[in-house]
Amino acid sequence: MSAIDKLFTSLRSENRKALMPFVTAGDPDLEFTGEVIRELVSRGAAICEVGIPYSDPIADGPVIQASYTRALEKKVKLTGILNMLGEVAPQVPAPLVTMVSYAIIYRHGVEAYADELSNRGVAGMIVPDLPVEESPQLAKICAARDLSLVQLITPTTPQERALRIAATSSGFIYYVSVAGITGERTQLPPELVDRVSWLREQTPLPVCIGFGINQPEHVRLLSPVADGLIVGSAVVRRIAEAASNGRQATLASVGDYLESMLAALN
Amino acid sequence: MPTLSQPNNAQVPDAAGRFGVFGGRYVPETLVYALDKLVEDYAAARADKQFQAELDDLLHNYVGRPSPLYLARRLTEKCGGAEIWLKREDLNHTGAHKINNTLGQALLTLRMGKQRVIAETGAGQHGVATATACAHFGLDCVVYMGEEDIRRQAPNVFSMKLLGAEVRPVSSGSRTLRDAINEAMRDWMASVDTTHYILGSVVGPHPFPQIVRDFQAVIGQETIEQSRARFASLPDLVVACVGGGSNAAGMFYPFIEHTAVKLVGVEAGGRGRKPGDHASPLTYGNPGVLHGSFSYVMQDEDGQTCDVHSMSAGLDYPGVGPEHSYWKDSGRVQYTSCTDGAAMEAFDALASNEGILPALESAHAIAEAMRLASTMKKSERIVVCLSGRGDKDASELARLKGVKFG
Repeated sequence: MSAIDKLFTSLRSENRKALMPFVTAGDPDLEFTGEVIRELVSRGAAICEVGIPYSDPIADGPVIQASYTRALEKKVKLTGILNMLGEVAPQVPAPLVTMVSYAIIYRHGVEAYADELSNRGVAGMIVPDLPVEESPQLAKICAARDLSLVQLITPTTPQERALRIAATSSGFIYYVSVAGITGERTQLPPELVDRVSWLREQTPLPVCIGFGINQPEHVRLLSPVADGLIVGSAVVRRIAEAASNGRQATLASVGDYLESMLAALN
Repeated sequence: MPTLSQPNNAQVPDAAGRFGVFGGRYVPETLVYALDKLVEDYAAARADKQFQAELDDLLHNYVGRPSPLYLARRLTEKCGGAEIWLKREDLNHTGAHKINNTLGQALLTLRMGKQRVIAETGAGQHGVATATACAHFGLDCVVYMGEEDIRRQAPNVFSMKLLGAEVRPVSSGSRTLRDAINEAMRDWMASVDTTHYILGSVVGPHPFPQIVRDFQAVIGQETIEQSRARFASLPDLVVACVGGGSNAAGMFYPFIEHTAVKLVGVEAGGRGRKPGDHASPLTYGNPGVLHGSFSYVMQDEDGQTCDVHSMSAGLDYPGVGPEHSYWKDSGRVQYTSCTDGAAMEAFDALASNEGILPALESAHAIAEAMRLASTMKKSERIVVCLSGRGDKDASELARLKGVKFG
C-alpha cells in the first residue's frame, strides 16, 4: 500500500474528501517551494502535487507554462528538486506526488527516477504524456516500490478505455474535467458530474477531479461525486505574486485561498 | 553503431506506431481518442480508390506533378565526379514539397467531416502550403507561428494572410517552431471534435509520422520511375536534407528496400558541434521524447529540450521523425551534417552554375552531394532532393552576406 492508498482509505472511512493543490517546483526557487508545500499542508491540503518544470508541456495552459519557464530560466535541476522533496516529505503528514513529463523520466532513467522518489519518501507520480498503452513497464516499476502511478481519464476517453485505464491506475484516478489544457475556468462542463459518478461506480479506486477548478462554487458542485479535487493554476498564479508581493504575504494568500476552498469541501 | 535487422517497409509502423523502438505515442489522454480516430479514418481513405484518384488529380493539375528530374551538367562538371541529378520539388506550386502533404491531409479533413484546420509553421513554408490547401477547399485555417519566426519570415506571414489564414503568434518558450507545435497541440486538445491538425513533418505522435511520409512518398516513387526512364537504372546515391525529415522520408521510403541505393540524410550543422550551435539530433543527440514521439532529440541531462541553431529556419528543430531514427540505427540510411557555411557555398554554386536558387534547407543536401560526387566515378549517379526554392530566403541571405536593399 502506498501512502496515497492509506490516505484515501482513511478519508473514505470518515466520509471526507481530499483537496490537492499543485505547485511548480522552483518557482520562484526551491526553498520557497518547500515553504509553500509546508504552508499548504498545514492549512489542510491532503496531498500536494509537485510539478517538475518541463520545456514543452503540451497539456498545460499559460499559467503553469509560465511558471515552468520561470523555473527553468533560473536553472532549476531535477537533482535539486528531488533533494528538496526529500527534505520536505518527512516534515509533512500529506503524501507528495510528482507531475512529470515522460521526457524527463526517460532521460533520467525510469527505474532511477522511481528509486529516487521512493528513497525520498515521495508517494508517487502522475505522467501526463504517458497513455495507458505506453505505461505497463512504468506501472510495474512503481508497484515494486509501493509508489502510486496515477493515470488520467478525460471527457474524450471512451467508456471501455476508461475501464482499462482504471484497471492499471494506482493511488487514485485523475479525472480531467474538460477536453483541453490546464487553467482556471468559470464554467465546467454540465456532463461532468454524471461522468464522474459513472466512473466512481466502476472502480474501487478514488477518483479526483482536476483542470479548471478554482472556485468554492466548483468545490460544492463536485465534492459530492469525487474523492478529491485538484487545484493547480489558481495556486500557481498566487505563488507567482511572490515576486511583487513578498514571500510572507504570498504564503498567507495561498494558504487563505486553500482554506476558502476547503471550507466548501467537507 | 547498433545494427538491427534490415528495415522492412511493410512492418513499420506497427499497430502501436513503432518504427523499431522509435515512435509511439507520448501525448495527453485527451488526444488519444482523436489519434485513434485518425488512424481509422486514414486507413479507410488509403483503401478508397476515389480518395487516391482525387489526390492524384490535384497533384497533377494543381501542384504540377510529376516534378522534373533534372541533370545538373555544369554542377557535375564543377565537382568532377558522379552525375548530379536534382529532383525539382522547388517547382511545385507554393515552391516546396510541403504541398504534397497539406493537400492529402486537407482531403482527409473533408472526409472526416471537419471544417477547421490548424497547423504549425517555422519558416512559413508549411503554413503557406496549409493555407493554400485550405483556400482551395474552403476550410477555416489557423496557423501557429513563433513570434521570433514571424519576425524572420514576414513575407510568408503576409502570404498566409492573403490566402485567408489566421496567423496566431506564439510567445511561449523559445518562440520558434517547437513552441508553435506545442501551441497547435494545445488548441487541438480543446477542439478535436471539429478540427484537424495538419502536422507538417514526419514528427509527432502516431499516426502523423506515417501519414506525412505516405503523402510525401510520391517524391521517391516518381524518382524511381524517372530514373528508370532517363538512365535505365536506379541512382547509386540519394541525398536529402533532414530537419523534421519530411522531404527525406518521402524521398527515401520507396528506396529503402532497393538496398543497392545508398541513402544519405543531411542535418543542419549550424555554427559547430557545441549544443545550441546546430540542429543535428541524429548526428549529436540521443534518443528521448519530444512532441509525442520517441526519437533522437537534442536535450540536456534533465530531458529539457535544448535550443538549436541553423541559418535555415526549416531545419531549426531539436527533434527528428522516428522513422529516421529507425533507419539510422539499422544502418540503412547514413546521416551527416553540413554547416551554415558549406550550405551557403552550395547555394552559390547551384545559383551560378545552374541558374537555380535553392532553399537554404535544400542547399545542405546540395553541399553533401557535391562533396560526395567528387569522390565517386563519372559513371555513377546521385539524385538530390531539391526540396524547395530559395526566393523565401532572399532577405535572410542578404542579411547573412551583409547586403542591404529596399
